[in-house]
Amino acid sequence: MSWFTQTLTSSIGKKLLMALTGLFLITFLVIHAGINAMIFYNDGGETFTHWGHFMGTNPIIRTLEIGLVAGFLIHIVDGLMLWKTNAAARPIGYKVSNPSANSTWYSRSMGLLGTLLLIFLVIHTAHFWIPNRSNQFATGEELNLYQMMLDIFQNPLVVLIYVLGCISLFWHLLHGFKSAFQTMGWNHIKYNGLVSFIGTAYSIVIPLLFALMPISIYFGWVS
Amino acid sequence: MSAGNMHIKLKVWRQSNTNKGGFEDYSLDGVSPDMSFLEMFDVLNEQLIEAGTEPVAFDHDCREGICGACSMYINGRPHGPLRGVTTCQLHMRSFNDGDTIVVEPWRAEAFPVIKDLVVDRDAFDRVIAAGGFISVNTGNAQDANSLPIPKEAADDAFSAAACIGCGACVAACKNASAMLFVSAKISQLALLPQGQAERSIRAEKMVAQMDAEGFGACTNTGACSAECPKEISMVNIARMNREYIGAKISSTAV
Ligand code: FES
Repeated sequence: MSWFTQTLTSSIGKKLLMALTGLFLITFLVIHAGINAMIFYNDGGETFTHWGHFMGTNPIIRTLEIGLVAGFLIHIVDGLMLWKTNAAARPIGYKVSNPSANSTWYSRSMGLLGTLLLIFLVIHTAHFWIPNRSNQFATGEELNLYQMMLDIFQNPLVVLIYVLGCISLFWHLLHGFKSAFQTMGWNHIKYNGLVSFIGTAYSIVIPLLFALMPISIYFGWVS
Repeated sequence: MSAGNMHIKLKVWRQSNTNKGGFEDYSLDGVSPDMSFLEMFDVLNEQLIEAGTEPVAFDHDCREGICGACSMYINGRPHGPLRGVTTCQLHMRSFNDGDTIVVEPWRAEAFPVIKDLVVDRDAFDRVIAAGGFISVNTGNAQDANSLPIPKEAADDAFSAAACIGCGACVAACKNASAMLFVSAKISQLALLPQGQAERSIRAEKMVAQMDAEGFGACTNTGACSAECPKEISMVNIARMNREYIGAKISSTAV
């Protein structure tokens, strides 16, 4: 193995990949939430569609999208690999354990929360991204994503799934954001307060913003 | 040791090479609140020997919290309910009369059970042997003041060096990760001028050995640091990550 693959397949290398792809996905969520929040203009989807069209057709954005898919795949596969090594490191567990005495439940449940998010991601992309890109590929035309949102979020079960997805995202980010900085070695008396503040604020604001979208459409606040 | 009046029920993991192990229930009278946890086990073992049965095997040596030999998972936590103490420094006053206390060995693939509560922690020694040392040329010792060391660096190195290698971090971690231990051993040398010669190769080799031993990776839950009897900080893990990645990027070892 070359030094490069050796580094990336080491325990610290795998963690670093998780941290870097995690932070990359965190920046993506800002853009995703920002553009989707245009529906709150409540202008019949005009502003949203304008920006959606830009994101769906701009060649630079479309190229970056390949990186985004890669980011997701690396984060998922690497996470599964870490889960496997970590599970193998303790084949026989304790009969009596009291982990809440020393750590938070969500920091210990990143794999579980990640799996829930993966299930959500499959449902979510099947709703919007996959049909839209397939249609673009087949006919060159974009679908009316705004109308699709209005239709899909009439179903209370779908709204519930999206809200649960956002709740999983909140807990995943609440640990993941700060954890990524620690893994990158960014643990410093001058910056820890800032990282912690931004991490907590981000974990609340972004999932809340996302959750408000299906809720607002379902209750007819946005139409 | 004054005889006390506490009554304690114990569920202790018993295992020898020939069986898969399981809990044995014991009942102890006359336990003094001033006894250490290990002294309570001495009383138990005296009873077992008098009854002609096999005493419980457990690790211990200094019994004053400095050697890192003692290693019991007590009521679901390494070294029991108190923070910043080893099992030998834990006293029965931390428990109530009539309590049932569950005692298990450390659990990790890299720490196989030898007998009862004794696990094999040689993996730690092999990690140290891989790079946790400095080279010192023979000859006269140089003047101490010829090596200027900032007070902060000396303090941080000393805090990391407080690690006694007991393995509570591994025992506490949901991934049985040894990163707190390894990072303390890397940090105590990386922070001092004497550790500079082997600085990058040390990080590379110790992490490689840690992985080879089958310890898990870190999820930054902080359980290790919370359970560490020497309260080693997670700052060390961040430093190890910097040392390792930096070494991998810049060292000439390919
Ligand atoms: S016996 Fe030495 S630290 Fe407990």
